[in-house]
Amino acid sequence: MAVMNVNPTRMQLQKLKKQLNTALRGHKMLKDKRDELMRQFLDLVRQDMELRVSIEEQLRLCNVRIASAGSVMSNEMLTQSLLTTSQKMFANPSTKNIMSVNVPVFTTEKRNNDSSAVFPYGFAFTSFELDDAVSALTKVSEELVRLAEIEKACEMMSIEIEKTRRRVNSLEHVLIPRYTDTIKYISMKLEENDRSSKARLMKVKDMLLEQAHHYSEQN
Amino acid sequence: MLNRIAVIGERESVKGFAAIGFEIIECDEPQKANHILRNTAEAEVYSIIYMTEEMFLASEKERKKYEEKSLPAIIPIPGLRGNTGIGRQRLSDFVERAVGSDIIFK
Repeated sequence: MAVMNVNPTRMQLQKLKKQLNTALRGHKMLKDKRDELMRQFLDLVRQDMELRVSIEEQLRLCNVRIASAGSVMSNEMLTQSLLTTSQKMFANPSTKNIMSVNVPVFTTEKRNNDSSAVFPYGFAFTSFELDDAVSALTKVSEELVRLAEIEKACEMMSIEIEKTRRRVNSLEHVLIPRYTDTIKYISMKLEENDRSSKARLMKVKDMLLEQAHHYSEQN
Repeated sequence: MLNRIAVIGERESVKGFAAIGFEIIECDEPQKANHILRNTAEAEVYSIIYMTEEMFLASEKERKKYEEKSLPAIIPIPGLRGNTGIGRQRLSDFVERAVGSDIIFK
């Protein structure tokens, strides 16, 4: 039994009862928050895993294609073809509030939306594997941004869930039992004081009656 | 403006991303990964930073700083050396942190 170091007075008892009420309300709300966060988090994690598996496979294929393009073209030519691009992709961030966790949402924007701008090089001296690789990478780029969005959300939510879980546990197993024990201790102490003062009063009354009427002498 | 996309990794792994409009930042040695990530993130122009798995592993110290911040999002992607499963392991770690044990992927 963990009792707080407080004076056993009625005022203190009232104060503690109020605090216990607040703690119970907070505990209920935090528990609800944790449950809802967990539900949304598990949904998001499943989505993330599916997306990641598909992206990793696509990226593997792209890498294979670039490597095979590298075997037909000279390495300088390959690097030059890939690096001389006018295309630029942006991910404009905004935020979304999921149970008070502010997670980022990205909207993509391309400098050059023209479909001909997909290939930054001329086709004369490049291999067709390179074209395949670049068009596959273009397709996967939107998904990559979506992956970043979901994965960041998962990361932030997992941290928030851990924090909320700790708060719920500390309320449930530490704070609330401490308040209930202290309240019990104070009310018992007050009752004890009541009883002892009652006994004292009865004794005094007996003594006063004895003085006035001398009952013991009459017997 | 914080909206550019960077890819950090070995030259051979990341050069493909240059063609689709991501900014590539070369990092050939894992020892430099922390330093390069710090410079990239502190520039405050990138909203997403992709890192190849090897560099991602090597830059753990610097990554921790951005775990709770919403930007930049630092995401591992497989490099030319193939997939080592770090991305999936990371997801499994998230579940473990949130639930207490991995109840989905194990």
